[in-house]
Amino acid sequence: MSIVEQIKDRFKDKVEIFEKSKKRVYVTAATKEIGKELVRYLFKETGARMSIASGVDTRPGIEILYHMAFDRHNLIVSVKVLAEKPECKMPSFTDFMPAAEWIEREIHELLGVKFIGHPRLETLLLPDDWPEGVFPLRKKTFESYQENVQREYK
Amino acid sequence: MVNLFKWGLKKSPWVFHLGASACNNCDIEILDALTPKFDVERFGIVLVGSPRHADVLLVSGFVNRQSIERFKRVYEATPSPKIVVAVGVCACSADMFRDSYNFVRPVDEIIPVDVYVPGCPPKPEAIIAGVVKALEKIK
Amino acid sequence: MAKECMIPIGPFHPLLEEPEFFKFYVEGEKVVDADLRVGWNHRGIEKLAESKTYEQDVFLVERICGICSTSHPFAFVQAAEDVSGIEVPERAKYIRTIIGELERIHSHLLWMGLAGHFIGYNTVFMWAWKYREPVLDLFEIISGNRNHYAMFKVGGVRRDIREEDIPGLLKAIADVEKFCSMLVKAVMDDPVIQARTKGIGILKKQDAVDYCVVGPTARPSGVAIDVRKDHPYAAYDKVPWDMIVMEEGDVFAKVAVRLLENIESVKIIRGCLKKMPKGPIDAEVREIGVGEGIGIHEAPRGEVFHYVRSNGSNYPERHKIRAPSYMNVPSFKKTVIGESIADAALITASIDPCYCCTERMAVVDPASDKIIVSSEELIRLSQEKTEEIRARFRK
Repeated sequence: MSIVEQIKDRFKDKVEIFEKSKKRVYVTAATKEIGKELVRYLFKETGARMSIASGVDTRPGIEILYHMAFDRHNLIVSVKVLAEKPECKMPSFTDFMPAAEWIEREIHELLGVKFIGHPRLETLLLPDDWPEGVFPLRKKTFESYQENVQREYK
Repeated sequence: MVNLFKWGLKKSPWVFHLGASACNNCDIEILDALTPKFDVERFGIVLVGSPRHADVLLVSGFVNRQSIERFKRVYEATPSPKIVVAVGVCACSADMFRDSYNFVRPVDEIIPVDVYVPGCPPKPEAIIAGVVKALEKIK
Repeated sequence: MAKECMIPIGPFHPLLEEPEFFKFYVEGEKVVDADLRVGWNHRGIEKLAESKTYEQDVFLVERICGICSTSHPFAFVQAAEDVSGIEVPERAKYIRTIIGELERIHSHLLWMGLAGHFIGYNTVFMWAWKYREPVLDLFEIISGNRNHYAMFKVGGVRRDIREEDIPGLLKAIADVEKFCSMLVKAVMDDPVIQARTKGIGILKKQDAVDYCVVGPTARPSGVAIDVRKDHPYAAYDKVPWDMIVMEEGDVFAKVAVRLLENIESVKIIRGCLKKMPKGPIDAEVREIGVGEGIGIHEAPRGEVFHYVRSNGSNYPERHKIRAPSYMNVPSFKKTVIGESIADAALITASIDPCYCCTERMAVVDPASDKIIVSSEELIRLSQEKTEEIRARFRK
């Protein structure tokens, strides 16, 4: 069974599969818990490797894509999970995947997503004196933080 | 006494490389100047490990919010007379990174710069020429 | 009682006065814990990329890192082409492969120089960097610049390789191969280097899989992954070459993998120069459609990953960049705990952290700001250990 067939077989209608090409498949999970279960299934049982996770600011919430690479099959499966606004919460994946530790910290500080269960959710990239509540990669606040954040250094 | 300092400076400048958020290309070209092809050590130019021993500061990269305080501190730790050479376009004017949210000000608004060596990255010959030009300023 | 000592990364002298890189907790001579802080090199490139057009972004991502300068455009243009399935002309694929492999040779030689410096073989440092120069000259002939070659564009490459240059390039590559072969023999057969690096800093295969490490950090630990073989792109599936995998996972294996990869890169370049078809080098792309695209490339340090989301305009809506060191560096904790301080510098260098790609490593200072062992001390400790081993061999 191919990877896509295995996913369909295991998760049935709880996921929506978009096969963009033979090498690129995008799977949208219905809920965050299904997303976590799907990533855990891909990482632990089908031998995928997590390339990275990326967060995108969209109207309904922050969309987080976990890009799972299948090196034996020339395939990348991107699992989409939505962290709805305004709370923007997500369960952390670090309990079964240590590789997710840094990227969850980065998405937390650049996009404002709270990862429940992460061992160390503190700043990774931004400076220590970065103001609270300003998330650089969010779409709406770019202009507003330009006023708040530019400070005079003597 | 001052003339003695100036003579010592010109004969064998000790160079400290001060990088701030650079992409490291300029840093590699500076180190390349030490290698056998260019070999600046025969001119007495020595790369030192601490700003306290330096006569010339080679600055590369633009200064981001996190590093600005330390950057100024290193400049103040370098004893006078000192010359600052801005190596690469990022140090000269911050180039394409001006609109970044982590950018504060160009280097020459933080510390006084004596010589600008533009290029991305400037070739080792250009960097050596920049240092030599800086030394002529002391005359 | 644990005391702290700090260590810088990279071949360059400590950039700012207080070393602000990795922090090690040591008890006696052994490292018991490791910590690191990043953020000193953060330039906000992902956000900047959203305010620049796709063409401008190619130049922007080139400057993420000076050493793996071509890897980021290589992955980015593939991501942009993946959005609407743009086909790149054959000749452009071969030229891209040649540039990518030349960069791999230059990066591995650079790393070899710095590893030599840490071990205490400054001759290796000078030689490796001296023989890097012909590779940089090749770049200058092909593209006009020693670094930041600006060869890539969405849909193809920006400059062609002239037919009359190819015999000269083949001859120059043969010289590079001679030196790389000599380096392989000199380093791998040296008993002192073997004693210094074998059994040190082992990354076990299960840890390599859990931390999803890539490239020459994964392959020496028995994880046989290489984007060029697993997800073929450009001309990598059109010329014969082998993936280098080792099982031990120690520093020696990491050195060996990189040195042997240089030879494979020369094979690929030679094969491409001979087989390159004539034809256009640019697909003349007018627009990127709506959708998402992923582009990956095997950089000298591992897999580079770019993700692009396009809304049909000239500006990417989201551009995610992930450099290989981002995945490799966290695994460092597993390799260094339990080793001695003298080896700490070497183990850290063996991950080949391109810290400007990842972020420069910095140190969170707790109570006191005191430096107990400085960076020069640590490198000196490493070199002294080599001297002791050398003395033992002389007896």
